[in-house]
Amino acid sequence: MSSYQYRHYPYRRPTELDGPNLDGKSKRRPVVIVGAGLAGPTLALALAVRGVASVLLDEDDTVSNGSRSICQAQHSLETWDRFGIARRMVDKGITWEQGEVYLHDTPIYHFNLAPEPGHKFPAFVNLQQYYVEEYLFDRCLDEKLIDLRFRNKVVDVRPDSKGVSLDVETPDGRYTLEADWLVACDGVRSAVRHLLDLPFPGEVFHDQFLIADIRFTSELPKERRFWFYPSFHPTNSVLLHRQADNVLRVDFQLGRDADPEEEKKPENVDRRLRQMFGPDATWEHEWSSVYTFTCRMMDRFVQGRVIFAGDAAHVVSPFGARGGNAAVADVDNLAWKLARVLAGTSPASLLESYCNERRAAAQENILNSTRSTDFITPKFPASRAFRDATLALAREFPFARSLVNSGRLSVPTVQPGSSIDTPEGDTDWLRGPAPGTAMVDAPVVNGRGGFLVDHVGPDFTLIAFAARAADLPALPAGMAGVMVAREGAAPLGWTALQDRDGLVRQRYDGRAGTAYLIRPDRYVAARWRRPDARELAAALQRATGQG
Amino acid sequence: MADAATGALRRTLNLRRPDEVYNAIIDAHRDLNDDQCRAFDAGLILLLANHVGDADVIGEALVAARLSLNGGSRAG
Repeated sequence: MSSYQYRHYPYRRPTELDGPNLDGKSKRRPVVIVGAGLAGPTLALALAVRGVASVLLDEDDTVSNGSRSICQAQHSLETWDRFGIARRMVDKGITWEQGEVYLHDTPIYHFNLAPEPGHKFPAFVNLQQYYVEEYLFDRCLDEKLIDLRFRNKVVDVRPDSKGVSLDVETPDGRYTLEADWLVACDGVRSAVRHLLDLPFPGEVFHDQFLIADIRFTSELPKERRFWFYPSFHPTNSVLLHRQADNVLRVDFQLGRDADPEEEKKPENVDRRLRQMFGPDATWEHEWSSVYTFTCRMMDRFVQGRVIFAGDAAHVVSPFGARGGNAAVADVDNLAWKLARVLAGTSPASLLESYCNERRAAAQENILNSTRSTDFITPKFPASRAFRDATLALAREFPFARSLVNSGRLSVPTVQPGSSIDTPEGDTDWLRGPAPGTAMVDAPVVNGRGGFLVDHVGPDFTLIAFAARAADLPALPAGMAGVMVAREGAAPLGWTALQDRDGLVRQRYDGRAGTAYLIRPDRYVAARWRRPDARELAAALQRATGQG
Repeated sequence: MADAATGALRRTLNLRRPDEVYNAIIDAHRDLNDDQCRAFDAGLILLLANHVGDADVIGEALVAARLSLNGGSRAG
């Protein structure tokens, strides 16, 4: 049984059950979020950072059953760092950046996901989803702007042009909530999506996989390992990941014809593990599951006043750690836009860019995970022949190693051509993140050590390279300035950062005058060699949906 | 196999979008039966060989490709 102690969070009788407020009306909520998995609490916290109150409903009263989404990517850790909980995840989890791919029992391909130094967070931290949710819940329960309600199940949703009313079932009965916006973060079997009878088109895959989480006592590998046809499981593939608490995840590909009930039996799981780890190894079972998967995506993530995020809006195969991390990126993209719309500083049409950008991201994730899936589980003989030839050539030929696809691991997706980003005018960029791509981190000094990501706040930030403070452009209202300079004090509205190792300059191709406009979700909205005040204002207008 | 250190056959990646090219090749076989696959691959190899042009490179590739005969499942 699991080494994790599942806490049952307290259910509290909602005040709505005791009648409307003194003024005779029930209180209207700016945002109601359905589902407290990875996306829901992250959204609630990202809204709270911007002063927006939310009600977060969950039908259950505890964290994720099973380890589920275990690979927490750098971009997600950066998001959670804004709530002060990423360090806790890094400390508890297993940092890994390298992986090994085997054919039969021979390593054929080694990869390093973080070839450059100087990032605050590693490429990945492996941490069971129940821990991530626990840390998120702890933080939400401390936050006055978040009303987290356990054992509150949504049973009816009635949207209209101005908002949504929803019926919620509790152990004490039903009540109704009124909200300006409803965000469904309620997972692949989204109740909200079902209640609204919205389609979820996509592709079903029939290959079955067995996950066995085991607590292991021998020396554990830190890197990801993937085997094609190992001698301990000669007909298929096996994936191995280490997690916190000396837990290993072993993922056996079983094929289409396996009997899931048979495979799940502990004695059968043990037999497979014994073949893998040999006669002397010892372990205890944590969790097992036989799964198949689908790749699906909704046609629109914004349906009037109802918004979908995470698995409720799109699902992918698990190869590449693109489920949980995409869910976090969704709500990171959504939170600042929704906060602006609620504050009246941006029109509701800004939310269209959430739909467009995150649908493009979901498409990229589905494409990548489908390609990995097709490589790992070829669907027809020619596909298998090419796959096996690639593996065989990979021993001798570096090019073939690059084609071996055991999962292209999640990096921030590219969202090119978004209507709220400003197309580049200058064309002499040698490197650096273009509009529509995520910013890159680098070490900086600001009194004490730190990282560039620490200085990009919940609003828009201009990163400007300048020899002297006097050369900086004038900042429009609503934009914070970060000045990357050798020395010198920053003018009002600016933070001065020293480029400790010269890596900011290098990674951004920064010259005197160069400026990058960074969105609140740490994506680049625009960049210039020497912007004037009018260009900055226009880019900000456009990025906030007023252009 | 050919001596790769001195040979003319490129060993390192030369595709800008490798996953895209790989999947385009797979997709091109999707609706073909075994005989059709063989015919299709024959045509593809001849087209690409002509494009490569260099007989030494092609000769090396013909030797190296024999490695592919040992890539699959040992049990199946």
